[in-house]
Amino acid sequence: MTLADLQQGQRVVIRHVDTRDRHAQRLMVLGLVEDAELTFSGAAVGGDPLEFRLYGAAISLRREQAEAFSVEAAGLEA
Amino acid sequence: MAGSVQRVAVGQIEVRQRPSETIVLVGNPNAGKSTLFNRLTGLRQKTANYPGVTVEKRSGWLKLPDKTVELFDLPGTYALSAEATDERIAVEMLLGRLPDIPAPSGILVVIDGTRLYQGLYLVQQLAELQVPMACAVTMLDAARVRGVRVDLSALSVYLGMPVVGVTGTTGQGIEALTELLGRLSSLAPPTRPEPWPELWTTAKHLSDLSGDARNPVEMQRILIDGGSELATDLAAGLDETTLTAVAAGRKSLSRVGPLQATEARRRYGSIRAALPKIEQRSPAALTLGARIWDQLNRPLPATLGFFAVMAVVFQAVFSWATPFMDAIDAATGAVGGWLAQQLPAGILTSLMVDGVVAGVGSVIIFLPQILMLFLFIIVLEDSGYLARAAFLMDRAMRSAGLSGQSVIPMLSSFACAIPGIMATRVIPNRRDRIATIIAAPFMTCSARLPVYALLIAAFVPRASVGVFNLQGLVLFGLYMLGILGGLATALMLRKTALRGPKPTFMLNMPEFRWPSLRNVAIKLLDRARVFLRRAGTVIFAVAIVVWALAYFPRSDDIAAEAAAATAAVTQSLNGDELRAAQADIRNRAAARQLEQSWLGRAGRAVEPAFAPLGWDWRVSAGVIAGFPAREVVIAVLGTIYAVGAEAEEATLAAKLKAAVWPDGRPVFTLPMVVGLLIFYAWCLQCAATLAVIRRETNSWRWPVFAWLYMTGAGYLGALTAFQVGTMLS
Repeated sequence: MTLADLQQGQRVVIRHVDTRDRHAQRLMVLGLVEDAELTFSGAAVGGDPLEFRLYGAAISLRREQAEAFSVEAAGLEA
Repeated sequence: MAGSVQRVAVGQIEVRQRPSETIVLVGNPNAGKSTLFNRLTGLRQKTANYPGVTVEKRSGWLKLPDKTVELFDLPGTYALSAEATDERIAVEMLLGRLPDIPAPSGILVVIDGTRLYQGLYLVQQLAELQVPMACAVTMLDAARVRGVRVDLSALSVYLGMPVVGVTGTTGQGIEALTELLGRLSSLAPPTRPEPWPELWTTAKHLSDLSGDARNPVEMQRILIDGGSELATDLAAGLDETTLTAVAAGRKSLSRVGPLQATEARRRYGSIRAALPKIEQRSPAALTLGARIWDQLNRPLPATLGFFAVMAVVFQAVFSWATPFMDAIDAATGAVGGWLAQQLPAGILTSLMVDGVVAGVGSVIIFLPQILMLFLFIIVLEDSGYLARAAFLMDRAMRSAGLSGQSVIPMLSSFACAIPGIMATRVIPNRRDRIATIIAAPFMTCSARLPVYALLIAAFVPRASVGVFNLQGLVLFGLYMLGILGGLATALMLRKTALRGPKPTFMLNMPEFRWPSLRNVAIKLLDRARVFLRRAGTVIFAVAIVVWALAYFPRSDDIAAEAAAATAAVTQSLNGDELRAAQADIRNRAAARQLEQSWLGRAGRAVEPAFAPLGWDWRVSAGVIAGFPAREVVIAVLGTIYAVGAEAEEATLAAKLKAAVWPDGRPVFTLPMVVGLLIFYAWCLQCAATLAVIRRETNSWRWPVFAWLYMTGAGYLGALTAFQVGTMLS
């Protein structure tokens, strides 16, 4: 499962980042690293880009970039 | 630590040479840095560009009881691994590498209380500079709404530097911050965090090896960001031994993975470990406002909301500004008319009335619309909505090879390309930014509307097509023509001259917040000043030049004949008839004068070039006069067709309909008018826009390209319309 396959409101932990992806490395500098927790807030009309909550920040990624981040469920947020 | 201590000492020597200390404000984009900067400096600030780049340099003075400190508001950045030009400027400023600007004597790092996680990354990197530092935490009220309590003293302990909570909009905490800034340069540098000890040891060793030519922070950038412009710059000039050691260090550090990835993992790991001690998150009892905001952010309502917001902006720009524009127009006309009566007829009066007054008028007539537009852009920016709009429109803009960040600049260009081009500064990727700048002038700006209105009213029948009005449909078509032209151009550029790797797309969407009146006012004043300086001067100069071209050379014969004719009618006519006859003589004389002026001659000279488009010399002269500023064409056509520069639209329209070639064929046929409209939709007739493109791209290449390309597109469009249309009819 990657960041691109989530249900709205789903809470996940990043398990692995594909560092061969140039964009992924840049996004790691912005906080998307292993063990970081995110909540999927939803997508824009048309299903792209995607919006996440990352420790209080609302961030947005394009679907193709989100695919570089493998995640694992961390339970639904209250 | 010897290297770092020495660095601080160097800073102090430089400070003594200048009248004031320099403190830099640095932080993530949208962290509230500029609001804080405006709070601290008020109007004691200046805006310029950093040498050689189009990054805004904002500095100001902070008055303290015993001294004055110079503050710099640096461009926002997330990390020291600078990629965009403005981030690079921020980092070079922090490293004291910009010419003529001393290394900062202190750093104030601003972090957003709702986004500590990302903010602390930059703080951690900065702390390693070992320069006196303090931290301001903003948006604490917004954090509280989201159920986050930030423990400022725990944060201060973690960072090893003083921390102040501030609310830029209300000014809460500003006093404590000002007091802190007063003693900032005498503070001890913060504790150095050690998220990745091997990196620091290696960088420190390399720094010593280079004989302190680069400090350990600079060495880290050389090690990690090897290929970036900044790292290449930093590595240049290092001796062979150091460079070999750098390569060895890089190899040894890379054993655990790519360096950039490892740095991010280590630093965020340390932040994540500290975070529970600093902030307490409780399930938020969201306020009604925040809950409504969240609902409005669902995909469909958000997209509809975006269109609603844009509708309000357009309504404001096009109708709320109209009374002001009419008033300015009337005032300019009144001043010109009054001057014309007071002064004797002659060159000076003409220069004053038709040159200076009309020139000033043509600058300020746009001010209401442009200020209104700037006001909305600033409010949207400060409320955090710009990023939201970029998110919503990203998919649509991708079809043109751009990203959502180009939406607001493009939409602004429907009022005027100048504020639109200035708004492209929010686009971090240079290629996207230039493609947007070149596409912006295609959008139907308000200066095109009078020309469209005149031609449509005169030549498009008042018929209905289904439920639509034909005239309205043509106007809509012209808007679409501009949009398609712009998007096709952007796409073409992104596939050719501006081809390059797709930029990493990540938007940080700030929480909604009420913009502060004070902040909006300061920014509006600043942008109005920039507009008047960059565009106003050009528009004014252009008005004078066009006046001179249309005035010189003056024919005494025409003037004498007009005087004789006036004398003749004065004897034979009375009252209204006399006034009408006099006006007619005046207008005919003006038309003949214009015909033999430089502008009229230029119209005749280029007539062959425009003949394939179906234009006679009169239309050609009007179009030439419109190249520096397209709105001039109406007044020039009014004069050429001898109805006076201030003629009613209907009067001029009637004249245009009656215009014929020497052999009696009408000039304004439907294919010719359609061609002329296409020409106006695509041609770049605005010297001020060219000046702003030159300014924003920092080269002549792009304005020259834009002019040639758009003029070519307009010409070809008009040619096709006329030739094909004539063949069919």
